[in-house]
Amino acid sequence: MGAITPDLYLSMGLTHEEYRLLTEQMGREPRMTELGMISVMWSEHCGYKYSRPVLAYFAEYKKAIEGEGLENAGVVPIGDGLGVVLKVESHNHPSAVEPYQGAATGVGGIIRDIFTMGARPVALLNSLRFGSITPGQEDGATVARNRHLLEHVVAGIAGYGNCVGVPTVAGEVNFHPRYSGNPLVNAMCVGLVKTDEVASASAKGTGNPVIYLGSATGRDGIHGASFASVEMDEEGEDKRPNVQIGDPFAEKSLIEATLEALQTGAIVGIQDMGAAGLTCSITEMSAKGGVGMVVDLDKVPLRDPSMTGYEIMLSESQERMLAVSHPGREQEVIEVFQKWGLPAVVIGHVTDDGWVRITRHGHTEVDMPADIFTDGCPTYYQTPVEPAAFLQRQAWNPDDLMAPDLNQAWLTLMSHPDVASKENIYRQYDHQVQAHTALVPGVGDAAVIAPEGTSKGLATKIDGNARWTMADPFAGGQLATAEVCRNLACVGARPVALTDGLNFGNPQRPEVFWQFERAVRGIADASEVFRVPVVSGNVSFYNETKYADGSTLEILPTPMMGAVGVLERAEQRIGMGVGAGNYRLALVRPTGTEYVQQGLGASLYAWSVCGNEDGVPCRPDLDAEIALQQWLPSLVERGLLAAAHDVTDGGLAVTLAEMAMASDRGLMVVLNSAVTEGLSRADAVAFGEHPGWVVFAYATESEQEVLASCPGALAVYPVGEMTATQDVVLHLDELGTTLTQTVDKLRAAYQRAGIL
Amino acid sequence: MKVAVLRFPGSNCDADALHALRRDVGVDADYVWQTDTSLDGFDAVWVPGGFSYGDYLRCGAMAARAPIMSTVRDFAGRGGLVIGACNGFQVLCESGLLPGALVRNVKQRFICQNVVLEPATQRGPWMAGVNRTITLPIAHGEGRFVCSPETLKELQDNDQIAFRYASENVNGSTEAIAGVMNATGNVLGLMPHPERATRDLVGGTDGLLLLQALKMVRTG
Repeated sequence: MGAITPDLYLSMGLTHEEYRLLTEQMGREPRMTELGMISVMWSEHCGYKYSRPVLAYFAEYKKAIEGEGLENAGVVPIGDGLGVVLKVESHNHPSAVEPYQGAATGVGGIIRDIFTMGARPVALLNSLRFGSITPGQEDGATVARNRHLLEHVVAGIAGYGNCVGVPTVAGEVNFHPRYSGNPLVNAMCVGLVKTDEVASASAKGTGNPVIYLGSATGRDGIHGASFASVEMDEEGEDKRPNVQIGDPFAEKSLIEATLEALQTGAIVGIQDMGAAGLTCSITEMSAKGGVGMVVDLDKVPLRDPSMTGYEIMLSESQERMLAVSHPGREQEVIEVFQKWGLPAVVIGHVTDDGWVRITRHGHTEVDMPADIFTDGCPTYYQTPVEPAAFLQRQAWNPDDLMAPDLNQAWLTLMSHPDVASKENIYRQYDHQVQAHTALVPGVGDAAVIAPEGTSKGLATKIDGNARWTMADPFAGGQLATAEVCRNLACVGARPVALTDGLNFGNPQRPEVFWQFERAVRGIADASEVFRVPVVSGNVSFYNETKYADGSTLEILPTPMMGAVGVLERAEQRIGMGVGAGNYRLALVRPTGTEYVQQGLGASLYAWSVCGNEDGVPCRPDLDAEIALQQWLPSLVERGLLAAAHDVTDGGLAVTLAEMAMASDRGLMVVLNSAVTEGLSRADAVAFGEHPGWVVFAYATESEQEVLASCPGALAVYPVGEMTATQDVVLHLDELGTTLTQTVDKLRAAYQRAGIL
Repeated sequence: MKVAVLRFPGSNCDADALHALRRDVGVDADYVWQTDTSLDGFDAVWVPGGFSYGDYLRCGAMAARAPIMSTVRDFAGRGGLVIGACNGFQVLCESGLLPGALVRNVKQRFICQNVVLEPATQRGPWMAGVNRTITLPIAHGEGRFVCSPETLKELQDNDQIAFRYASENVNGSTEAIAGVMNATGNVLGLMPHPERATRDLVGGTDGLLLLQALKMVRTG
C-alpha cells in the first residue's frame, strides 16, 4: 500500500477534519493499519458519532458512558438470582447485498453480544422491513427483487438460528415502497445469566495473557463497519466482498465453549469480535480496562498465511472472541476450546500504559493509545430541522377520506401484508428448540418462554410502526415503546427492560436528524414514565439508496422497540384466543381520550384502503399505558383473563378478527355511545388506530371481579361475547352500522397475501 | 434407569433431552461426550437432535463416525435401548443402526410445527405403551424418510415401522413414515421431538407416552 493521501482517507469514510483531528491526537501521521482501524472505529456503526449526544437522553446510556462504560448490553435482575440481557442489532446493508448471509451473520452477531456477557441465549426475535411485495404497488422488477430479498433473508435467519439452537420466538415484518433498495434486517437476542456470573468486557491485569478464540481469520468483511455507515448506491453489489459469511456450527460450539470456559473462573474479560473484528475487541477491551495490549499478529489463526497486518486487523470474519485470562490459567481456557474443536491461541498480553502495540512479521503495525480509537472519536450534534410537511400533516382532516364498503375494507386489511398471516415465515424458524417456548408465534401478542431453573416466564416482543414515525417521529417513538410494553402486558407479563433498534436515513441531513432526535426523545420519555429502562440498542444510519440520476430514496424512519417482561408463573400466560366455554369480551381504553384526526391519520386503513398516507397518529396516554401494564398482569395473576389482544394496525376490527381466528369461533361485539364517544365515523371506530385500546376475554362469572378492579386511568366496557357460531360481528349502536364476516372468510383473506 | 445423552459438536437438543428425562420422565440421565468410548453404568442411549458437525456433509454422517458410536453399536447389539430424535434419527441411519435415509423435505423448506402421529405397531420396548395417536413437534429441513422398495418391504414384513404422520405427510416421507425401529425393536429413530412434549406448559405431554418406556424396562 502506498502513502496516505486525502483520497485514501476520504475513501475510507474519514473527513479532512477527522483526519486532522487524528494526526493532532497522535502527534504524527498514522501508519496504514492505524488509519484503517481508526476509519472503522470512527465510523457511525462503531463510533456513534452522530447519535451519541442524542442517545444520552436514555438514562441508562448516560449512566454507562459516564460510569463504567458501555458493556454489550445491560443486565436486568429478575429474581431467583437470574438476570436477563437483551439487545437488538441491525444488519441492513449486508442484507441488501447478500440477503442470506447478511441476515444469517446478523443473527450470529447479536447472539455473540449476549453470550459474551456469560448469558445463555434463550430467544431470538427479528424485525424486518422490505419494499412492496404486492404486484402493482411498484414496478414488476422491484416487486420481484423485494420478494427475493424477503425469501432469502428469512432463509438466512432460519439457516443460522435453527442450527445454533436458539429458538426464534417472535418477530414482525412490514412492507412499504420506501424500503425497496434498502431493506431493514434487525435481529434481537434475549439471554439469561446468573447475576453473580456476569462476564466483564474489560481487559485487566498487567502481563495477563490475551487469547484469540474461535474461527480462523480470513479476508471476509474487511471494512464492513465502514460499509454500514454510507448510503447504498446502485453499485452496492460491488460491496459483496464486504459481506461476512456465517458458520452457525462454529457459533454453536463457540457458545458452549465460551460458557464452559467462563465457568472455570480463569477468564478476566471477554468480548466478541463483531463489527471491526480484532480492531474493536483489542481497542475497546483495553480502553475499558484503562490498560494497553501488545499483540503479535503472527500468532493469529489465519485462513490464508499471506494476509497482511492490515487485512488481519480489518477482517470481520465471524464466530471469533477475544479473552484476557488470569496469569498462568490460559491453558484451562484453551483446553475447553480445543474440546469443542475451536482454535484458541495466546496472541499477546496486557500492559499498563494504555497503548496498543501490534506487530506483523516483526514490523510495527500499530503503536498508539487505545483511547484514541474510542474516546477520540468526534461527536456531532446536527441541528434538527422540522420539515414543513409536519405542520401540514397536523392540519389534515379525515373528512377527506371517502368511507368505502366497510365489510370489504375489513377483508382488504386482513389481506394486507403488514397484517396478514406470517405463518409461512415463522414455520421456517425452529421456535421450540430449548424446549421452553410456552407461547409460540402467532398465538399471543408476545412470545413467552419458561426457562429451566425458574418458575417465572419471560415474555418478549419487538415492535415498531414507521408509518406513524414518519408522520410524527416523537409520537412514533412513544407509540412503539408503549405498544411493545402493552404486548407484554397482554400475555400477562410486567415489562422490565427495553432495547431499541434505530433505523434512519443520512443524519447529516437536518430533517433526518430531526426524525432521529424526536423519535429517540419519544422513546426516552415513554421509557422514563414507564420506569422500564432502555438497556441496550443499535443505531443504523444511512439507510437510503442513491440512484444513477442523482436522486435518493431514504427509508421511513424506523425505530424498533424490543422488550422483555416477567410473569411470576410462566403457566399463567395467555394468548389472544380462547377455548371452549362461555367468555365475555371487554374493551379497555384510556379514560377521556381525545381523538386526533379520529385515529385515522397515518393509519393502515387510510393508506391501504383509501390511498391516503397523510395525517398524524394519536399520541399515547402514557399514564393510561402504565395502568394497563400493571392491571392486565394483575388480572392474569388472579386467573381472571382468558385472552387479550391490543388494537393496532387496522384497528379494532382486525383485533377482533384475530381473536376469532385464534379461538376458531365467532364473536359478537356491540359498541354503545359511551364506548364510541368522540368518534363520529364508523370507519374510525372499526379501523382507527387508537393507542391503549385492548380487548380481553374473561369467563362470564368473573365479570364483577374484573370490572371492579379497573384503575382510574382506564375505562372498561363489557362489549360482547365469544359465540358458538362462526360469525364475527361488530355492531356500532350509535352510528347504526354493523360489520359482519365469518371466521372462514377472514381467515381466507388473512392467508391470501401470499407471504412466501 | 440411567440414560446416556450423547453430545456432538452442533447437538442442540441435548440439554432439552437431559432436562425432560430428569424432570418429567423421572429417570437419571447424564451427558456422554462424543469422543468417549464407554457407556458403562448406562441403561439406555439418547442420540439428540441438532446439527451435529453443522450437518455440512450429509445430516448425521460425521457424528455417525464419532468414537462413541462404535460403543453405541455394540450396546445396541446387546439389546440396549437406543433412541434418536431428529438429527439423532439421522445419525442412527448414517451409522447403519437403522435402515433408510433422511433427505430434504419435499417442499425444500425447514418446517417447525406440531404433527399428529399414528403408532404403526406396539411391538418392542419403545412402542408397547403407545396405544393412541400422539401430537409432537417437528423441526427439520431434512426429514423425508426414503428407502429402497426392498427395504420398505422388509420394514413392513418385520413390523419395523414405528410411527406414521397421521394428518398430513408434512415432509413427503415414503409411506408417511415418521419413525422406524431395528429388527429387534430396541433401537428407535423418529423425526419428531418427544423431549419437547413432556410438560403441559410447553408442547403438551404426549412425548411422555413414548418415553415412559424408559421406566418400564428392567435395568441392571
